[in-house]
Amino acid sequence: MSLLVWIEQTNNQPIASCWEVLGKGRQLATDLGTTLTALVIGAETTAIVQTAQSYGVDQVLVATDPALAQYRLRAYSTILKQAIEHSGSTVVLTSATTRGRELSAAVAYALRAGLAPDASDLRIDAGRLVAVRAVYSGNILTDVTFNTDIQVASVRPRSFAMPTASAATGTVQALDVTIDEAALGEKVIATQTTDSGEVNLTDAHIIVSGGRGVANDPAKGFALVADLATTLGAAMGASRAAVDAGYIPYKHQVGQTGKTVRADLYIAVGISGAIQHLAGMGGSKLIVAINKDREAPIFGRAHYGIIGDLFEVLPALTAEFKKRLG
Amino acid sequence: MKVVVLLKQTPDTAELPKVSAAEVQSGAINATMVINPWDEFAAEEAILLEDRFGAETLAISLGAASAVDALKHALAMGIGAAILVDNRGVQDGDLWTVAAILAAAVKAQGAVDIVLAGKQSVDDNSGVTFVGVATELGYQLLTNVVKIVEIADGKVIAERLVEGGQETVECRLPAVISVSKEINDPRYPSFMGIRKANKAQIPTVTPQELGLTLGQPQTQWTNIRKPEVRQTQIQIIEGATVQEKATKLVDLLLAEKVI
Repeated sequence: MSLLVWIEQTNNQPIASCWEVLGKGRQLATDLGTTLTALVIGAETTAIVQTAQSYGVDQVLVATDPALAQYRLRAYSTILKQAIEHSGSTVVLTSATTRGRELSAAVAYALRAGLAPDASDLRIDAGRLVAVRAVYSGNILTDVTFNTDIQVASVRPRSFAMPTASAATGTVQALDVTIDEAALGEKVIATQTTDSGEVNLTDAHIIVSGGRGVANDPAKGFALVADLATTLGAAMGASRAAVDAGYIPYKHQVGQTGKTVRADLYIAVGISGAIQHLAGMGGSKLIVAINKDREAPIFGRAHYGIIGDLFEVLPALTAEFKKRLG
Repeated sequence: MKVVVLLKQTPDTAELPKVSAAEVQSGAINATMVINPWDEFAAEEAILLEDRFGAETLAISLGAASAVDALKHALAMGIGAAILVDNRGVQDGDLWTVAAILAAAVKAQGAVDIVLAGKQSVDDNSGVTFVGVATELGYQLLTNVVKIVEIADGKVIAERLVEGGQETVECRLPAVISVSKEINDPRYPSFMGIRKANKAQIPTVTPQELGLTLGQPQTQWTNIRKPEVRQTQIQIIEGATVQEKATKLVDLLLAEKVI
């Protein structure tokens, strides 16, 4: 028996949230009394395998092939199934990234295994996995219990702390993979890296978000939001109202029909705080609101507030942070 | 070319905070029900495929009798036909059964080239039903698609968003495609569309008629509850000048050790 965690990579770089899952996997494997297996798939795997070994694994399974350079569902799901069988894994975890959610689901469906997508907490109860999920867009929590021998979950980024690296452990074993290019049915014909230098919203420790309060001069308003975000090394978010008004692209939207975020610090600038937005950012630890309107609902959820015009407050705040953070 | 769009009826997002644990437990949600907002993008894309490639379009929903309203919304937008699949006996979180039923409903339509779905539902938030449908049907799967570039020679070329980038993928048909919000701007139903939709006959089929027997689910939801309401006491930063307020806030945030 084993507990298996897929370590996702893109362009030979590991996806950071997978280490959070691997760290939690160490604890769950101990609770289950099983070994911990990491699976690494790609064209270049050596560096990622070494990092995986620093997080307390018992074994790393590796599938290395030039044809695996880019994620393709049929190739990756075949290898994940092979790894589950090889390691005798009963609990299978991925990060709930776009690919992690898809791959975990495809394998669960194929194996008729129970699946908990986008889980926010995990525990072992009577030898089986129990996952906690936020449903109804964050308004209801439920435990997901499993009736199947194999239990699969994808884990929402930032649900668990980043583990501390220690001396390398575990064996490394290459899986014997054969890739039938014709059977894959898809090929990636172009890739484009966007947002280089930008911090990903769902992984962000700090988020600065802008809303309709920028309406008088949206371009300048979001430039000021971006200045503060850059100063703090933060990701930039937005309310739906700001996205719908065309001030900023959809990828920045936080809320029920946007991204769900759990920052350590969330600074809402000129955001009134519609319930859909509050549902998307309410899991953040410390919330700061800057708004002209003292009656704005955001002040009902924030820990600190400044009542004032964002066009005056943001430059002062950014300057003060620059001074203090050096 | 035949395009099927999968739709779900969900509570209006503005009413989700009012949904109680007891309502979720019983399945009787007391809220205004609408077409799942993410699915409107899938319906719109199906209509655009009809415009571009002369596709025949059909909407399928698994739901209660009231879900015909979501299907009528799609018909009013311009989808060609609709079928409701009766969801009695299907439990919340029974992801495999939901996917198996929808896959069987698609299969019953004969040769289907593309199945479109929204990114996730605003109630179950699982975002995996389309993965199960593709797995069950043995179709290719493309998720998080933001642009269907071309369909020709039994292949689709599409752009999809993934963490940190975007990729252009060539994929053989038939395929299940989940779409993201960037793909289009869903149209509002026209007056004529609404009239036509109201007159439309929407057949209902049961999972049994599709040849399925409902078995034991792989997972279940237990301990359904409302999240703890975190008591927050706001501290409004006072000060004579903006500069003074900014300094005080920076002091507090540095003391919180979150930066």
